[in-house]
Amino acid sequence: MKELNKNVLSFQLNADDFLPATEEEKESLVVMRDSVSFWKDSFHRLRKNKVAMVSLFFIILIMFLSFVVPSFYPYSYSAQQKGAENLRPMTYSKAEQELIDAGEKVFPHFLGTDKLGRDYAVRVMVGSRISLTVGLVAAVIILLIGSLYGSIAAFFGGWVDIIMMRIVDIIYTIPDVLLIVLISFALKNPLETLSEQAGFKWIGTVGPNLISIFIVFALLYWVGMARIVRSQVLVLRESEYVTAAKALGATNGRIIRKHLLTNCIGTLIVTTTLQIPSSIFTESYLSFLGLGVAVPLPSLGSLASSAINGMNTYPYLLIAPAVLISLIILSFNLFGDGLRDAFDPKMKK
Amino acid sequence: MGKYIIKRVIMAVITIFVVATLTFFLMNAVPGGPYEAEKSISPAAKAALEAKFGLDQPLFKQYITYMKNILHGDFGPSLKQRGRNVIDIILTKFPVSAKIGGISVLVALIVGIPLGCIAALNRGKIGDSAIIVISTIGIAIPSFVVCSLSMYIFGVKLKWLPTMGLKTWKNYIMPVFALSFYPTAYIVRLMRSSMLDVMGQDYMRTARAKGVSQFFSLFKHALRNAILPVVTYVGPMMAYTLTGSFIIEKVFTIPGLGGEFVSSITNRDYMMIMGTTIFLASLMVVMNVIVDIVYKIIDPRINLK
Repeated sequence: MKELNKNVLSFQLNADDFLPATEEEKESLVVMRDSVSFWKDSFHRLRKNKVAMVSLFFIILIMFLSFVVPSFYPYSYSAQQKGAENLRPMTYSKAEQELIDAGEKVFPHFLGTDKLGRDYAVRVMVGSRISLTVGLVAAVIILLIGSLYGSIAAFFGGWVDIIMMRIVDIIYTIPDVLLIVLISFALKNPLETLSEQAGFKWIGTVGPNLISIFIVFALLYWVGMARIVRSQVLVLRESEYVTAAKALGATNGRIIRKHLLTNCIGTLIVTTTLQIPSSIFTESYLSFLGLGVAVPLPSLGSLASSAINGMNTYPYLLIAPAVLISLIILSFNLFGDGLRDAFDPKMKK
Repeated sequence: MGKYIIKRVIMAVITIFVVATLTFFLMNAVPGGPYEAEKSISPAAKAALEAKFGLDQPLFKQYITYMKNILHGDFGPSLKQRGRNVIDIILTKFPVSAKIGGISVLVALIVGIPLGCIAALNRGKIGDSAIIVISTIGIAIPSFVVCSLSMYIFGVKLKWLPTMGLKTWKNYIMPVFALSFYPTAYIVRLMRSSMLDVMGQDYMRTARAKGVSQFFSLFKHALRNAILPVVTYVGPMMAYTLTGSFIIEKVFTIPGLGGEFVSSITNRDYMMIMGTTIFLASLMVVMNVIVDIVYKIIDPRINLK
């Protein structure tokens, strides 16, 4: 192509700029790697966090021990063996010792037995199953109610927000022990009649107290989550992309789903994970008060509290549930911390 | 400021009123009553007792009478502890719990804040890691475990400390340790993270650039800003701690308000339940107002509306 005489200051375009791109030039524009999404990036960071991975390992291990192992464990949590009461760890009762002497194999009581002759190891495992279930179910309930409530309050703002947040303040002020005791008393009879009907038998095995614990969690403990979600949504609502979406004619539902929820999800996951240990904490506290799960079902809290009563003679009964509950809470806390670091874009190096 | 406080106090009174109303009706809606469990009482005596305390009246009338009495400062008699007033019981039990609770809050603050600062200042070093590990374990151990283990080790096995009652200062060591265990660990973590946050702020760099000494910049700028989250946490925590922990009072046999409250709920001592709930709610609300005022004093930029 012929070079045009070009004045340096003129706006005349350079014809060279309009030539087709060569293969080399095209290559530089080809995307070499997939773009890293938010999730991929976060999980990559999570995987690099050693503390979080170790706690995740412990969580999985404890879940395996409490949900899978008891189903094929040779002892059951409720079976009482005569003559095997209050055995120390790794010892055998007279009858079992005779069997061993006769050459038969007897599965050892790793943690001894309790005062009714029940194998303590399997009771601790089933107990941690109950505690974990309480923690997980409560966390889901709290997540659902809290996030919905908080986002509605923040999204609509104005007097809706004021009224909804005053309700939160009031719930926050009522002492929780009061509500828990009252609700479990109130629900006792209706739940017991309900459990006699077909299809609701499971209530009897789970125990009306456990159900009332869930209801109490659903009624009380979502307030913290609602506050967190509300403050998060309040910030997001004012952000430019939400204004842009509104200007483009997006409906409220679409904005909540596509913009607000997706941006809150990191906070939601972290808060839920950190909610699990605190629910387990509360359940153990309730079991200590005698408001926990129904006998003979054990929970870590009820095991610990009954161990405390006999602590002077059988101190080893306290150690297993106390250590396990601390370990569960510790690993969920550390894993939650790891998640928070992973989901926080500011922590990017 | 004055206007704000007046507004907050009005809000507080409304909140307490709503809480009292809710508690009153909820408590009465639950089946059972204060004299249901006592089998020794004859129906005639039960009816006489109920008439004496006005429990035979229609519920709404009871409510009106109760609210009127409260406005005159009369919280009524205890239904279970014959011949004692609710106010008297609260006034004798609360100081016991408040003393232990107050000492525990002080211990938590005195130990927690410096440890959190030390951890933040030595970020990534051994001291920091040690403090993090200890405080993370601290928030993971339930209080009944702390109570019973310390009781077993120091009270039963080593016999260093007395196991029950509140006669000497030695009696206070274990309950205070158990009660301040969790808040201390929590404050350490809170203080560390907010201190790290503050130290990354621009004004800290400016302070250092203009030659403010390390010590002065820490106390004048960093600590003052970093302590705000701790203040938020300590307010409600203080209300709960002062009114006593049921578990600690049970394990160490302390005659405090926490144990009284729980036993009044299980006994259905309606007057006691109402009295303690209103007391606890008021304390909570007062603490929240104090937190807001302290906020304003610490950080004048905060606008109280």
